[in-house]
Amino acid sequence: MSNLMTNYYEAAAVILFGIGFMNLLLAKNLIKKFIGLNIMDTAVYLFLAAKGYITARAAPIIAQGTAARVEDYINPVPSGLVLTGIVVSVSVTAFSLALVQRLYKHYGSLDLDEIMKKAKKEEKV
Amino acid sequence: MTAVNYIQNIPFFSIFLAIFGGIVTPVLGNGKTAQKVNLVIVTVIGILSAVLLVHLWQREESFTFMMGRFPAPWGNELRAGPLEALLALCFCLVMALTLTGGSRFLQKDVLPGKQNLYFTMIYLLLGSMLTLIYTNDIFTAYVFLEINTIAFCAIIMAKGSGESIVATLHYLVICLLGSGLFLIGISLLYSITGHLLMENIQQAILDLVQTGEYAFVFAVVIGMIIIGISVKSAVFPFHFMLVSAHSVATPASSGILSGLVLKSFIFLNIKMFYCVFTIDLIRSLKITNVLFVFGLMGMVVGSISALKERRIKHMLAYSSAAQIGYIYMGLGLGNHEGMVAACFHILAHAITKAMLCICAGGLIEASEGNVGINSLRGAGHRNLVAGIGFTVGGLSMIGIPLTAGFISKLYFATATIYSPQKMVITLLTLAISMILNAMYFIPSAIAIWSPVDKKAKIPKPSRAMQYAIGIFIVLNVVLGIYYAPIIDMIEIGIQLLES
Repeated sequence: MSNLMTNYYEAAAVILFGIGFMNLLLAKNLIKKFIGLNIMDTAVYLFLAAKGYITARAAPIIAQGTAARVEDYINPVPSGLVLTGIVVSVSVTAFSLALVQRLYKHYGSLDLDEIMKKAKKEEKV
Repeated sequence: MTAVNYIQNIPFFSIFLAIFGGIVTPVLGNGKTAQKVNLVIVTVIGILSAVLLVHLWQREESFTFMMGRFPAPWGNELRAGPLEALLALCFCLVMALTLTGGSRFLQKDVLPGKQNLYFTMIYLLLGSMLTLIYTNDIFTAYVFLEINTIAFCAIIMAKGSGESIVATLHYLVICLLGSGLFLIGISLLYSITGHLLMENIQQAILDLVQTGEYAFVFAVVIGMIIIGISVKSAVFPFHFMLVSAHSVATPASSGILSGLVLKSFIFLNIKMFYCVFTIDLIRSLKITNVLFVFGLMGMVVGSISALKERRIKHMLAYSSAAQIGYIYMGLGLGNHEGMVAACFHILAHAITKAMLCICAGGLIEASEGNVGINSLRGAGHRNLVAGIGFTVGGLSMIGIPLTAGFISKLYFATATIYSPQKMVITLLTLAISMILNAMYFIPSAIAIWSPVDKKAKIPKPSRAMQYAIGIFIVLNVVLGIYYAPIIDMIEIGIQLLES
């Protein structure tokens, strides 16, 4: 329990990941499904950002004229991973939403069950 | 610069060439030019991979290639050995043949005006698959897993019909679940080990295992990563996304899906086993047993579903699910021989299933677009090459001697000797699955070759398709007879991965 309290960022990230994962898996509404995807990805970024931060240290930007000491800065690699991850997640979200739009134009619904029903009917015809 | 230095650039250059092709294609105008350029570029990458393979196989060595200016613990790296080069060669070969064989279906199925964009996606797909083969960095692997997903989703929905969009959505959601698990897995792994390169992670893991720290966390992390990749590679019970995508896509796309895309994920799993976690750790955590059980279930359930199916494309998709089960069963045996058999089956299935998809496309075309197996009656007489290809492919899937499928099943059976506690169940399931394979391939072959007198007006099979299927058949038989050098390459490759 005390571990959870000290690592509350990580605990929150894992809970959010679970919420996002289940939403992506189970939500019937397509928009909600992809909101789930975003919650899931953002949870991972929170986790990485929390892991990279070291208390009382600054961002690793070296100003001219100051001596660069490694003890003064946080770990920059997780920040880099988060940025890359955000780019990936934005492109996946954009693609998914474009797909949802195409589906809505074709079937006139955002509900997955209804779409599947209509698609089955179409296949039979 | 010496010849060795040039050869070490091949992995990077292959990936670069594939992505460069994707950038150039949109300005090439129409689909036909794009396809010709695509054939040239894929062939060039294939030849480069063959040179790399021969070089590494003769010297029995592997190397890492530094990307950019920063050395090992900081920078990004590629790694190449005989197994990687062999897979790259196989992927290029199968992709070139599949796209050539399926070119007429592409022109018919893909929306007009979008055909060069289809090839852009093919390039991105090839680039991402090559990166998954060669990369030595787990975060790069994640990024290219997502590129792979998006590119392949665009390829499935290229037909533009309602059902293809539904199938794309299905595939996308399952793939995103898989990559989400993989992402949280590698983030946790990074937070424990502090590294992103596979070798450094492995070193850190070996140290931590000795001290006994984080034992529980490791089990969770390994589970998340391996399950994430397995979900993406359509292991049972996630094979439904494969079935829906397979049945709506144009024949060339379905050939590429079950022949290549899933295989690149499976190879990433193998790399995780050997280069990140070590096979001993995987075995001691019983991950291999989990994969073994799902593999066996996939073999039986996939084959039974294929047996019940009356539409040829769905039947091939369920058969793919069963074959993916074979590969996971091989991985699950957890010994060196099982791994070799699984790698050989990756190649054998890639060649066979891509050919079957193209042949099925040809047979459906020869039956006025009917997909039911009953309505394919006599299609083999109307499209002779596709009929012969389908029969040879079916025999290879069943595991008849002289075909590639026989060799992989032989090696699977031999590998069980080294895992005595799994021997009986594996051999039994292999036998059941082979009988089921025969039960659905032989009736469809009989239907194709049964005589019919009505003369329907159908288009003549294209020459490109005849050549492609001809080469596929030759490859299949060659792999079934001269398998010894391929097995040797795989064995050396796995030993190098392990060391």
